[in-house]
Amino acid sequence: MNNILVTKEVTKRYGGHTALDKVSLEIPKNSIYGLLGPNGAGKTTLIRIINQITFPDQGEVYFDGELLKPQHIAMIGYLPEERGLYKSMKVGEQVLYLAQLKGLSKSEAQKRLKFWFERLEIGDWWNKKIQELSKGMAQKIQFIVTVLHEPKLLIFDEPFSGFDPINANIIKDEILRLKENGTSIIFSTHRMESVEELCEYIALIHRSEKILDGKLSDIKRAYKNNIYQVGLETDNGDMILKELADKFDISSSKYNIGEKQLDFTVQLPDSNSGSVLNYLSTKANINHFVETIPSASEIFIQTVQSKGIHE
Amino acid sequence: MNKLPLIIKREYLAKVRNKSFVIMTFLSPILMVAMVVLIAYLTKINDGEKRIIGLLNESDYFTHEFLMSEGTSYVHFSDISLEAAKDSTANQGYYGLLYIPNGKDLEKVAEGSFLYTKDAPNTDVLDRLDGIFQQRLRQERLQKMGVSTTDFESIDSRFEINTATYDGDLNIKGINEIKAFIGGGFGYLIMMFIIIYGGFVMRSVIEEKTSRIIEVIISSVKPFELMLGKIIGTSLAGVTQFAIWIVSGGLLLIVAFAIFDIDPSSMNSGAAVGANFGPPIPTADQTLQIYAQELFKIPWAMLITFFLIYFILGYLIYSSIYAAIGAAVDNETDTQQFIFPIILPLMLAIYVGFFSVFSNPNGPIAVGFSLFPLTSPIVMLMRLPGGIGEGGVPIWELVTSILLLIITFIGIVWLAAKIYRVGILMYGKKPTYKELFRWLKY
Repeated sequence: MNNILVTKEVTKRYGGHTALDKVSLEIPKNSIYGLLGPNGAGKTTLIRIINQITFPDQGEVYFDGELLKPQHIAMIGYLPEERGLYKSMKVGEQVLYLAQLKGLSKSEAQKRLKFWFERLEIGDWWNKKIQELSKGMAQKIQFIVTVLHEPKLLIFDEPFSGFDPINANIIKDEILRLKENGTSIIFSTHRMESVEELCEYIALIHRSEKILDGKLSDIKRAYKNNIYQVGLETDNGDMILKELADKFDISSSKYNIGEKQLDFTVQLPDSNSGSVLNYLSTKANINHFVETIPSASEIFIQTVQSKGIHE
Repeated sequence: MNKLPLIIKREYLAKVRNKSFVIMTFLSPILMVAMVVLIAYLTKINDGEKRIIGLLNESDYFTHEFLMSEGTSYVHFSDISLEAAKDSTANQGYYGLLYIPNGKDLEKVAEGSFLYTKDAPNTDVLDRLDGIFQQRLRQERLQKMGVSTTDFESIDSRFEINTATYDGDLNIKGINEIKAFIGGGFGYLIMMFIIIYGGFVMRSVIEEKTSRIIEVIISSVKPFELMLGKIIGTSLAGVTQFAIWIVSGGLLLIVAFAIFDIDPSSMNSGAAVGANFGPPIPTADQTLQIYAQELFKIPWAMLITFFLIYFILGYLIYSSIYAAIGAAVDNETDTQQFIFPIILPLMLAIYVGFFSVFSNPNGPIAVGFSLFPLTSPIVMLMRLPGGIGEGGVPIWELVTSILLLIITFIGIVWLAAKIYRVGILMYGKKPTYKELFRWLKY
């Protein structure tokens, strides 16, 4: 079994509204899996189903090869987007309580908490009340609560919201370290730059349906359109442009005669760029010849918009 | 369910450590006792007040009727005009002036008599004076008819019909009311407990929702477990508070009465005034003894057992409704529309109890309301002091009532848990009844 979590045609309806429509996902072990989608697409419903907070009307969820059972809750750590803590409870008591709810014994929880409090340098918060902490501080506590019981699967819903850049980096490093140690991670977010940074796999959910999923690098390859950015050093840029324009789609060209510098974007018919490269090398010095890879953000917008128009 | 004790413990500790809860726990008995003491003290002052009434008696009919009594003494004026007597009474600061004119006919004299006071007179004083005149008039009229006072007293006797059950057990007047009051006390206790601590449960659910911790928690425990844990934890805190109130309130009351030298039984003295006139009735001591015997006959063990059954079931039903309401709304101000329908059956139970069950503990209204699950915890307890079986609550009614209560309990807790489960994850909405109904189907 290489998948930590598999959903098979999971469907969930709320009254007349379908929140999830036959969503099938395969989340590989020991990876960071980005769950993307616009607001209201159904991400939170899916995450709640994985956490057994709600249950699917149809379809099944498998955790580590087994049909999802109540016992699996102890193996999942979930940091919801809507998160909070008991305001008037002390930090130490609170984390102990939440850890025990996850099935840890009190002594084990205490030992692990000591480790995490030292690691994140928050040891002196133990006797503070949550209402005395800043939002970012409370977020750190919540992060600890989520990972403390060393779950096999971690689900982070917008984990960086509320953090300043320094603390966001600390948390990001911790997430990467957890992955190194063998944890599988589902990462739900709108922030595409963190998707690029962290995720190996993504799934895109839109209007209750999965419209795209797979390895991020594969998806990017599939989404590239053979567009290349080209920079040449040449005396007769106008002529080269003219010759190329007869065969290919050229856009945003710029020729600086004084610098002998020609820049343009070219759309090639297939991924075989070799012939063009050969041709160009006989005509000019090539400064750069780079294929444009779409960003996750572009894929996201493009896919969502194309779906939006179809429907 | 292995996490239930953990949740109960947290809810309990969170509640009993709460500052306002601690303050109320210790302040309430002090305030209550202070109030009782104040009332008792004021009553005592009031009772101790001496009223002096000026008496200008020009008639021969009243010679020794106006005797000094506990609260009133009389100052006799003579040989001065009414106006002078009025001035003099007012100057002396006396309570008032009673003027009895001269005349041949007592009826006329009585008609012509006046009590002059600064403000409208106290009813106690009036009752006393009325009594004196009435007795004197009766004496006079009897004399005219040629009947002696002793003869009259021998024919004027009170009579009350004796009642008994078919078994021959004697019934005692008013004992039904007393029994119903005892049951009513239990019922009232249940109502107060539900309203106070049901509200606590609701606020605790709302707090979890607004602090957004709820999703973290229900990814670890089932919503039903959480709801149950909350209800039980809060109730235990409530029981703790109640126990502290009763114990400390009782002690404080004893201490306070000892310090202020107040005899609690003196507070009922007003009721005895009416018995001053008229033929003798069984002495208070005797009646008290009969009532005491009857009170001992009340099956207390049975009563307390059923109190606990009805209390636990009734409280669980209502507090799970409160929990569902807390889950459905975002803040306390939105709860109003839902609270009223809950309080309604409770109020109904209390009023129906006091107006119908007291006078007719086995009548159709009493039976109906003691079977209906939302009112039975209160109404049935009002009926139970009358006993079970013959002459009391038939066993089938008791069994049906408890069965209905259990079925309703399961049904309501199930429904409430459904609303709770959906509601705690809904933010920023003020739901309508229609929506709540839809949630049941999710």
